[in-house]
Amino acid sequence: MRSGVVIFPGSNCDRDMIVALRQITGKTPIKLWHKENDIPNLDLIVIPGGFTFGDYLRCGALAARSPVISSIKNHISRGGTVLGVCNGFQILIEAKILPGSLIRNKKLLFTCRETTLEVQSCMKNPFLSGLKIGERLKIPVAHNDGNYFAPLDLIKKLKEEGRIAFKYSNSTNNEKNYNPNGSTEDIAGILSNNGRVLGMMPHPERAINYLHGGTDGLKLLTNCVEKIIG
Amino acid sequence: MEPHPQLLKINKNEYLAQQKGKLEDALDMGLTKNEYNLICKKINKTPNLTELGIFSAMFSEHCSYKSSKKWLRILPTEASHVIQGPGENAGVIDIGENLAAVFKIESHNHPSFIEPYQGSATGVGGILRDVFTMGARPIALMNALRFGDPDQPLTKHLVSGVVKGIGGYGNCIGIPTVGGETNFDKSYDGNILVNAMAVGLAKKDRIFYSAATGAGNPVIYVGAKTGRDGIHGATMASAEFTENSAEKRPTVQVGDPFTGKLLLEACLELMNTDAVLSVQDMGAAGLTSSSVEMASKGSLGMNLNLDLVPTREDKMSSYEIMLSESQERMLMILKPGSEDKAKLIFDKWDLDFAIIGEVTNTGRLILTKDGFEACNLPLKPLVEDAPEYNKPYEIKTNKKVYKPSDLKTNLTLMDILITIFKNPNIASKKWIWEQYDSSVMGDTIFANGDSDASIVKIHGTEKKETYGKGLAITTDCTPRYVKSNPIIGGMQAVCEAARNIASSGAKPLAITNNLNFGNPDKKNVMGEIVGSLKGISEAASFLSTPIVSGNVSLYNETNGKSILPTPVIGMVGAIDKVENSLEISAKLDNVLIVLGQSHNFEKGWVGCSIYQEIINKKYDGAPPPINLKDEKKVIEILLNLNEQKLLTAAHDISDGGLLTTVCEMLFKYNLGLDINLPNNLINCDNHDPLLQSWCFGEDQARIIIATKDIKKVQLILNENDVDFFVLGQTNSSSNLNLKDIATISLTSIKNINEKTIPSMMGDEQQG
Repeated sequence: MRSGVVIFPGSNCDRDMIVALRQITGKTPIKLWHKENDIPNLDLIVIPGGFTFGDYLRCGALAARSPVISSIKNHISRGGTVLGVCNGFQILIEAKILPGSLIRNKKLLFTCRETTLEVQSCMKNPFLSGLKIGERLKIPVAHNDGNYFAPLDLIKKLKEEGRIAFKYSNSTNNEKNYNPNGSTEDIAGILSNNGRVLGMMPHPERAINYLHGGTDGLKLLTNCVEKIIG
Repeated sequence: MEPHPQLLKINKNEYLAQQKGKLEDALDMGLTKNEYNLICKKINKTPNLTELGIFSAMFSEHCSYKSSKKWLRILPTEASHVIQGPGENAGVIDIGENLAAVFKIESHNHPSFIEPYQGSATGVGGILRDVFTMGARPIALMNALRFGDPDQPLTKHLVSGVVKGIGGYGNCIGIPTVGGETNFDKSYDGNILVNAMAVGLAKKDRIFYSAATGAGNPVIYVGAKTGRDGIHGATMASAEFTENSAEKRPTVQVGDPFTGKLLLEACLELMNTDAVLSVQDMGAAGLTSSSVEMASKGSLGMNLNLDLVPTREDKMSSYEIMLSESQERMLMILKPGSEDKAKLIFDKWDLDFAIIGEVTNTGRLILTKDGFEACNLPLKPLVEDAPEYNKPYEIKTNKKVYKPSDLKTNLTLMDILITIFKNPNIASKKWIWEQYDSSVMGDTIFANGDSDASIVKIHGTEKKETYGKGLAITTDCTPRYVKSNPIIGGMQAVCEAARNIASSGAKPLAITNNLNFGNPDKKNVMGEIVGSLKGISEAASFLSTPIVSGNVSLYNETNGKSILPTPVIGMVGAIDKVENSLEISAKLDNVLIVLGQSHNFEKGWVGCSIYQEIINKKYDGAPPPINLKDEKKVIEILLNLNEQKLLTAAHDISDGGLLTTVCEMLFKYNLGLDINLPNNLINCDNHDPLLQSWCFGEDQARIIIATKDIKKVQLILNENDVDFFVLGQTNSSSNLNLKDIATISLTSIKNINEKTIPSMMGDEQQG
């Protein structure tokens, strides 16, 4: 398994993702600097969370125009796999690799807390195929702009094509605020049209050790790695 | 005092170089007449305006500690595990395995009141720079916040802005904010407190210091450009507020966490090479204090060409460049010949890098601008001749001891618990904490009240048999105790901090303190400073937790009204196996035991308690007394029990007393408890003052522990002659039963606990 983690100025979950992938694969992922326009053949590229370029413009807007993005697009066109987490998801959207938009959280507040995700019935893809439909994963979020928003026809299309990967779920005792950001239809993550790119707001790399309060992130990432290799 | 050059028709810098600073200018800059005369005498000339500005910054309370220095010396600062005590950018302690914890707390009170978002954000940025300047990667942020009356609209505005600002900086730079305290009292109406603490991790043999070395070595400016923001911030922070304080907005700095992140990565990358000889962050009083401190600590001098300083705006004067408090800047002395290597790193991170001068052996600070000598001052008077005042003081102590029967009430235990959890000082701060990224870096084990102290794993210390070492961090102070008796209040802050560290399973190691007080020219305020320092000193010595860094914030007064004395203790501890750290929440079928509580109950301490305030609508009387031996005993026995893996949770008893603490331990897993009572309380009714004093008294040196192995724990406690009281075994009922006296629904109390702050902030759906 050859993986790479992209680093922009202001990325801040790169180390966490590297630790998680190393723990799973036994190999240290390579670091891909944002100015690189020639990247090696990799099985998985991860765009980690952070505040790239400070996110003083729309989140991810500047990073989406970095040289490394065209290399990532080439990687995708060759059938490569990409996971974008949090700011990585925002960058994938700004780069028009994934559709829709991520707007300010409904309450206009940064939110860091555990959420429950429900695995949706979706198209064939290497990220979720080892998980059961309806399976619940406890994974934390930490973001200011994670409110997935798209026109109704796009939402309909995503549903029909089986591209909604996760929804925030109301798992316990009728918790009212299970959706941390007000996203349309509680969407927490979506897939590209070929199922090889996953963008998600929650941080699986922050739930890889029982001391974190849970290991569902490890389960998700391990599944990805196994399916990509397999 | 800034001249209008267009009126003068000469170069502004020529004017500044030549124009003598008069007494009026000195007074404008916050100096006294005596200080002005002292300056003229010590430097044998009348300073020009830039020189006078530099003196005023260095002589400000913020930089010189002139009112508190005499008393700061009584603090214990040494121990075998202390690598660096006060006097550097941050304190450093040895935590084993060739690792060091580097930490400091600092206030940003005045700016945060004037501009809450930027004030608090730059407070976080500043304290982070203090830590990574020492070569440490910051791994955790904490804060201690004090706001005014929660019913005031201004308070909500300030809470909202400060919380956003703290989150805005920490979240963006990617350092987890793992906890802290937020309290409210009307004495902070005009002067909120924003104290930010940062903890970093470094290799023990790779600590960087600020003393300049080697005449001829290049002086490097790195980071963001210098702008006109924050000019004379240190002086503002050393004055009382009046109605016109809003006019001081231009003296508040603006933070840029993105540049902060780049500076952090660039500095740590450069420090990994052998290029850096010494380094100092540009914090309060910017380029002035950094250049003066580096040169004077190395007993050397420094020549700087201010034309080479990267500036954000054109035509900045020498005065503005030296007094600007623009953020995200550092001053470094590099090994000659390594400039190119260093520049490459800063280019990679898109940061400014400029060689602006050199170290000299003249003992003088010489600055040029536009070809004019802007400043030529001997360094010694700037640092050593700063006045040190022995201000008159009076330590006022309230000696009145309240008996339980002095507080008569018709309120039931349930009524009182409801009132306690409706108090924003006690209620859950989840609404605040969720706005901070507490889990970035992936090492957070317990944050934000999950445990009495926040726990972060030390990256890279994992071994086969353990997940590795952990650091425990807490901030504590109970200002109403300090007000009532500064000595006991100072001791209590240290003891509560140590108890919190121990309750998380870690060993208390060292302290950083943030001393927030009113105007030291008032005898009673000076008495609060002296008294609390005496108390802190005594407790810290006894518990072997020396003070290794800190900050003093005085003049927290508005229109003559002072804040409650608030000497915040930030304490750091360590735990060898992080998987053994303890949360506050008990599990099902655990037995709860109060350590430090005797079977033979006489009376609970109600003076100065939250309970007293509920009954009497005021705090009065002496605070609960402190017995340091008892404190040490409960801490040691708790750590002993935890080392033997006999504990499942622990929570220290503080605000709101025993029953409040029990509730907090049961909330998370929705548990209940049938509470045993001391024999003399079994036949009491619900309103009985003695029973209520047992439930809500704030006697110190007590911690509630939870265990699955009551027999073994009892045996060890008896062997060690520790007082303890067995409360009972947790059940799944969500009810608290006190014999036939009361049944309390914890579901409703928990609901109140979670709704108090959101509803105060107008966010009713939360919870």
